[in-house]
Amino acid sequence: MDILIAIFPQVLVDGIALGFMYALIALGYTMVYGVLTFINFAHSEIFVAGAFVGVEVLLTLQAWGLLQDLHPVLLLLLVLLAGMTMSGVLALAVERVAYRPLRAAPRLVPLISAIGVSFFLQDVIRFGESLWRNAFYLTYPSIPFFDQRIQLTAFVDVPLKSLVVIVAAILMLVGLNLLVHRTKIGTAIRAVAEDQATASLMGIDVDRMIALTFLIGGAMGGAAGVLFGIQYSLITPYTGFIPGIKAFTAAVLGGIGNIPGAMVGGVVLGLLEAFAASYLSLLTGGAFGAEYKDIFAFSILILILVFRPQGLLGEVVRERA
Amino acid sequence: MARRWKWRRVQSGTALAAIILGSVIVRGGVDAAKPVIKIVTQSPLSGEQSALGEQIKLGTQLAVDEGKARIEKLGYTLQYIPFDDQAKPEVGVANAKNFLADPDVLLVIGHWNSGVALPSSEVYRDVSLTMISPANTHPMITDRNYANVNRVCGRDDVQGPVGARFAAQDLKAKSVYVLHDKTLYGQGVAEAFRDEAKKLGLQVLGYEGTEEKSNFDPILIPVKAKNPDLVYFGGIYHQAAVILKQMREKGIKAAYMGPDGLDSSEMAKIAGKAVVGSYYTTVAGPPSAYREAAAFVKTFKQRFGKESESFSMYAYDATAVGIKAIEAAIKDAKGKKPTREQVAAAVRKVEHKGITGDIRFDSKGDPVKAKYFVLKFEKEEYPGKIVKVLEIEAPPLKKP
Amino acid sequence: MDGYRTWFLRPSTQAAVVTVALLLSSFLVYAFPRSLPAFLLFQASLLILYHARIARALKIGFAAGALGLLLPILGSINGYYLEVGIQVGIFVVLALGLNIVVGLAGLLDLGYVAFFAVGAYLWAIFGSRQANQFVPASLIQFPLAPEWFFVFLLLGVIVAGVTGILLGLPVLRLRGDYLAIVTLGFGEVVRVLVNNLDKPINFTNGPIGITPIQRPPLFFLPVLEGLGIRASPAVLYALYFYFLVLLIVIVVTLVSQRLHHSHIGRAWEAIREDEMAAAAMGVPLVRMKLLAFAAGASFAGTMGVLFSAKQLYINPESFTFMESIGVLAMVILGGMGSIPGVVLGATVVTVLNLQVLKELSIWLNTLRHTEAAIYIPLIGSFNISQLPPQFEPAKYERMVFGIILVLMMIFRPQGMIPPRRLRRTRGG
Repeated sequence: MDILIAIFPQVLVDGIALGFMYALIALGYTMVYGVLTFINFAHSEIFVAGAFVGVEVLLTLQAWGLLQDLHPVLLLLLVLLAGMTMSGVLALAVERVAYRPLRAAPRLVPLISAIGVSFFLQDVIRFGESLWRNAFYLTYPSIPFFDQRIQLTAFVDVPLKSLVVIVAAILMLVGLNLLVHRTKIGTAIRAVAEDQATASLMGIDVDRMIALTFLIGGAMGGAAGVLFGIQYSLITPYTGFIPGIKAFTAAVLGGIGNIPGAMVGGVVLGLLEAFAASYLSLLTGGAFGAEYKDIFAFSILILILVFRPQGLLGEVVRERA
Repeated sequence: MARRWKWRRVQSGTALAAIILGSVIVRGGVDAAKPVIKIVTQSPLSGEQSALGEQIKLGTQLAVDEGKARIEKLGYTLQYIPFDDQAKPEVGVANAKNFLADPDVLLVIGHWNSGVALPSSEVYRDVSLTMISPANTHPMITDRNYANVNRVCGRDDVQGPVGARFAAQDLKAKSVYVLHDKTLYGQGVAEAFRDEAKKLGLQVLGYEGTEEKSNFDPILIPVKAKNPDLVYFGGIYHQAAVILKQMREKGIKAAYMGPDGLDSSEMAKIAGKAVVGSYYTTVAGPPSAYREAAAFVKTFKQRFGKESESFSMYAYDATAVGIKAIEAAIKDAKGKKPTREQVAAAVRKVEHKGITGDIRFDSKGDPVKAKYFVLKFEKEEYPGKIVKVLEIEAPPLKKP
Repeated sequence: MDGYRTWFLRPSTQAAVVTVALLLSSFLVYAFPRSLPAFLLFQASLLILYHARIARALKIGFAAGALGLLLPILGSINGYYLEVGIQVGIFVVLALGLNIVVGLAGLLDLGYVAFFAVGAYLWAIFGSRQANQFVPASLIQFPLAPEWFFVFLLLGVIVAGVTGILLGLPVLRLRGDYLAIVTLGFGEVVRVLVNNLDKPINFTNGPIGITPIQRPPLFFLPVLEGLGIRASPAVLYALYFYFLVLLIVIVVTLVSQRLHHSHIGRAWEAIREDEMAAAAMGVPLVRMKLLAFAAGASFAGTMGVLFSAKQLYINPESFTFMESIGVLAMVILGGMGSIPGVVLGATVVTVLNLQVLKELSIWLNTLRHTEAAIYIPLIGSFNISQLPPQFEPAKYERMVFGIILVLMMIFRPQGMIPPRRLRRTRGG
């Protein structure tokens, strides 16, 4: 019994860190869905692309011997910027090539195209990295500064990098929320989401706003990729699939199209998963193990979609005519 | 209508063009003067495990080169064909169906993954095609008691217990926490470790499987809370190294050990300095551990321009045993080409002084005695230092 | 269109072309049993047969001769071709099943392989010793006798169909992309469950998988022996499975066709085109959607039973999301809603995966070992041995699937052979 209580705070912190990671990825899904009512299936690979750019930057800096000299915060910003740029541009390119020509097609058509892009990108990343480094399992070099642990109580200590993830995610989410709700561009994006035809009559360049949505969502995904790499170290071209699905679940859980919803959904899912993985085996005496955590995530997805499709914070989802 | 017609004509046109082109390209094999006997290997030659599969291929190549003359004397040409099973069960089975259609194939050396070897060997069994495995450690490989399936290396249900005994007797551990990767291989060896650890009176604080690749936090929290003396991970380096790294980051000080899935240079590369001080068991030690292998190591380097690793020696020995059996079978058949059944039967009678030790098979195809090693990463480099070498008999067949 | 009625469109000429193509390609396969181009030619000649404008009965006769006689004979020369035939057949049935769900009813199912897994595990558990892990051996001794295989072929239909309904019930209210994600989740849940149900009670043997699995009985063996025909079990089973698969393919194709042209098929298409309008016209949405799920699932279930018997060994690795996408790629490539299209799509993708990409890899590998060089204008000559080892087409099947899906969606969303109804409305 003691152990159940003893590990509680630690599981809580890890779950929150994981949840914010999901929230950041979920933004890419939720924004695109909000504007186009379309699941950007390739977003998980856009996330992975960011992670790979991050590791490439770090490995290059390491090869130049600069990794120790740069200030860790500066380093983090540099890597984040690189990852966000790459992912944002990639998302733009994907939208231009694979989605825009299909905007008028029946709903399933762009979705299938997105699945294709997702698979294509996985192997492109694998091919590129295999050529370049002769390996596609890459490890983030450790940055000692972020590996420090902050002792909260006698038993609970938090690695600095988890805190970095949480803080960075909160900053980005708040910033994004401000952008969408307090600026002119944000208003334009929301107008396009409401009604494309009317928005274009009002002089809004619909194509540009959609592209911008992809850019922002992609950049958030890239940031999540870099943070994921720093937090968990090993990345592969196929890393994105499961977090991608979970993040989508988080987006649906919070109410798709809703930015604070993504955050709430991510954290709830992250906590649930962390608690399931840590406690299931302890509670059932080993009969059910940590592996059932994914079943939890998917069951929640199904339950939410069936009983509360608008999500925890969402409005009722419109049917696209 | 016009569009549809165009499409149809394009299709028919393409097909016709293909016929013409194909007739030009098609070439048949040229028959050699002597009847042919073929040996094939199945191992991953692409993908992340290709470095290991390549070693199996090259070891076999060397043995075939050396055995060629002896088979030639008996009136047959010995040929060697490497196949790439991509470490995937379906591919291994499809390859098997591909080459068993060729009656000249009398021997398969392979595989690297037990998960591929199991279904593929079911296919070999249909045609009594002999398989000698240089690397498959799963007990079920030989426990099915098939007449055509053999191996020259040790077994996971010995390897696991070797680790457990080392933990109890040499490391003086009192408690262990066992993790595995939910695969055929990892779960099997982890179970064997756990059962032996229990028998030795060690306290097993936890037993958990995970398919997770990156985030081990939720699994490691209970590990930290229960504070075991040793963490055992049944699985392969790409998870083992990450778990080890995250374990040390979380401040878990327990010793760390795993099976031969950790026997790779990637282990040190991924885990970085966390790897120092961890242990692994293996059924194939580094070449320096074998006294008889010096000549092999030299020829290998000369021939292929790269260093030999442990499993190339086992592939070399497996092939040598196979060639010896083929020789014997030809002689028994009075110079006629032996059947696959005859070769399979002959393999079980071979006694061979190999570079990895003396090889002789028991009634189910296990080597009567196999070597097991315990190694320790003392520096951030591969391979680790040998701490212990054991020679252990294969367990007898369990009644199902 | 009369302008096209030139000499080569006359039925007699076409029949002659088909005969020549079939015989020539068969001869080439016979003469060069290990040559891939020869075998591809054989497949191409079947495509020519499909497009030939000859009498329907004659066409069926040709097809029966080619698939029922020529291919088995060629397969006895190179047994691998039978394996290719069996795999193609398995995927044709899977693709036809998914075609009902995606192509006709317009419900994107990304977890389709789950139903295949249900069928496969159904027979694997009871057709091996595995069932004794949870049924006491004193009660029934497993494995069941081989004769039960045929019962399980039917049971596979039923159990997978029921699973389809069970999945369908809660998700019926969802449409489009939500449904896709939920089915994807369902597929993963089934795989994770299969991988973990080795405790607390050992149902599936977890990641270790189940082996050996019973094969169907060789009931015709006495007849063959009576005729004095002796064949090794490998050849016998390969032929046996080939004809079993062929039989199932024929049955499933006929069932598909009947469904397609019945009021049910039209109801599905109505739902696909406009759900609300369909409901307004009195199409019972719930029943029809459930029926689509059940029908699609049952095809996969019966093939699963056969698959596990053929493989002798199964474990959860054969039932990943990749497989679902592979089958989807087949349906998309061939043409959603089009039976001949889906058959063609399944064949092309399977052969591509099983033979073409692999041969290409082997070919590149051998080239790498020779000193061959390619001369590229302006860049200069390039030695192939310098080609990095990453150029191995067999490793990049995901890329191939991805390219197929994207390009088809952008340039030819109706597929290689579009469905008739679509052709009628959009063509001419």
